[in-house]
Amino acid sequence: MSMDEPSDAVPVDEPALETAPEPPPEPTPAPARKPVREVIYRHTLAVRVTHWINLFCITLLLMSGLQIFNAHPRLYWGQYGADHDKAFIEMMATGSDMDHLGGVTKIAGHAFKTTGVLGASAGTDHTLIPRGFPRWATLPSFQDLAVGRRWHFALAWLFVINGLIYLGFGLQSRHFSRDLAPTREQIRPSHILKDIWDHMRLKHPRGEEAKSYNVLQKFAYLAVIFLLLPVMVLTGLTMSPGFDAVVPWLLDLFGGRQSARTIHFISANLIVLFVLVHVVEVFLAGVVNEIRSMITGRYVVPPEIHP
Amino acid sequence: MTGLRLRRPDFSRRALLTAGTLAVGGLALSGCDKLSQSAGFVNTLGAAEGLTMGAQRLLLSAKPLAREFSPKDISPVFKPNGSTMPSDDDYQAALSNGFSDWKLQVDGLVNRPLGISMAQLKAMPSRTQITRHDCVEGWSAIAGWTGVQLGRVLHAAGLKPNARYVVFHCADDLEPSLDGSGRYYESLDLVDAFHPQTILAYAMNGQPLAVPHGAPIRLRVERQLGYKQAKYVMRLEVVDRFDKIGSGKGGFWEDRGYEWYAGI
Repeated sequence: MSMDEPSDAVPVDEPALETAPEPPPEPTPAPARKPVREVIYRHTLAVRVTHWINLFCITLLLMSGLQIFNAHPRLYWGQYGADHDKAFIEMMATGSDMDHLGGVTKIAGHAFKTTGVLGASAGTDHTLIPRGFPRWATLPSFQDLAVGRRWHFALAWLFVINGLIYLGFGLQSRHFSRDLAPTREQIRPSHILKDIWDHMRLKHPRGEEAKSYNVLQKFAYLAVIFLLLPVMVLTGLTMSPGFDAVVPWLLDLFGGRQSARTIHFISANLIVLFVLVHVVEVFLAGVVNEIRSMITGRYVVPPEIHP
Repeated sequence: MTGLRLRRPDFSRRALLTAGTLAVGGLALSGCDKLSQSAGFVNTLGAAEGLTMGAQRLLLSAKPLAREFSPKDISPVFKPNGSTMPSDDDYQAALSNGFSDWKLQVDGLVNRPLGISMAQLKAMPSRTQITRHDCVEGWSAIAGWTGVQLGRVLHAAGLKPNARYVVFHCADDLEPSLDGSGRYYESLDLVDAFHPQTILAYAMNGQPLAVPHGAPIRLRVERQLGYKQAKYVMRLEVVDRFDKIGSGKGGFWEDRGYEWYAGI
């Protein structure tokens, strides 16, 4: 567990010394400065509440979305697309009979063997059955399109209302302009390159720099909030035959209902990718401090390292 | 003080947090399955259907048309879905003589119950529309449909003041059963019934409607999903409520958990 960090990097209020079984292996040089445990109020109540509601919605939207996808695990480009049309992505079960099933995923003509996960995966009795995504990834776990749709549309309403509240508070509290918009300094190419290099070395900002988001973090948040999530909502609505009659230009924007369905699927994958990177970064930056800051709002600024 | 000793609590908290998250996640997911099997909870989720229908009805109040495509957009193959050959005796008899003495029944809350022959139907003003068919499963197919606007037929019969819905009784048993509960049916309210693109189609892509696609007539209600597009329509029944028909939800698939308003 990050034992290479210098000792003065940790909070000093831990009553750990009395439990120490042995004396320090070497004399600790007197620190040049006593580390100060600086706590800042990082996340407003609105951001914290909408963050966790958003996590709840996106998790269940993803899983119920995969349930809906499983009803027809093929994706197309264009206005139409069905069994006889060329699929861009498809998942299918292969094999001569149910005892010899295999799962295959085809992406743009390239076939991948995905037995056990995509195309064919374990049913309730652990034998392989034809399924797009496996049981553990879908809501409900068993095949039920009607119930999957109920979950998906109920949560979609909650997701959109929660998102609008977040946007409202974000504008009103100047959260976007103050916290998420990159500064003039941050968008200099040299700074961006340095930030990329820091990320590659898994080096996280400390001290004053840790009080604001770094530039790659800002880009990622802005892309998710103002591009990926709105595209999710709009491509979702484009799949609605009723909404298409109200806003027909959505069909032109995304290139047809089937293209919208494909973009909806790809965007969902990008959200999963974002969440994975986000969670890895939370662990790297200090999981307790980060999660606490999103619950209580208070964030312990990692002190500067003084060699 | 050394980092090692100081970090011990941090490590255990981290392990606890991870284990806790996994446990809560696991419980939540099996809980979701339980909830999905509870009729009460699924109905609660269904409350969003009312919100969706309300929002779409508000947005659709100016009665915009669903997009109509050009002949070059038509799907090379239109997948017939559901029943493709009703086994019903009366249907088979009508089919064997080309529906020449078959009549569409119009009854219920109407002033003049009608029996409309194919010849009479085709003599009425027709509408042709090339539209997209969206299956609830996710696929789409485009085809051209020609038929009579449902509103014209309803006007000809004359609606009684308490008329609220049109129920479409079909010839096919999608789920063969002894008690007739597998018989296909659908229903629309008058908002959709009188929409200009709601037609009783007797031709598809310029050809007489083939049996797999619902001969002699099928309903086209653009702006809603495929299961509303009832095939093999034999009888229109105008009603004030549909809770006594079938299992009471207004359609074959509605009785099996799908939304009555299928605009999304």
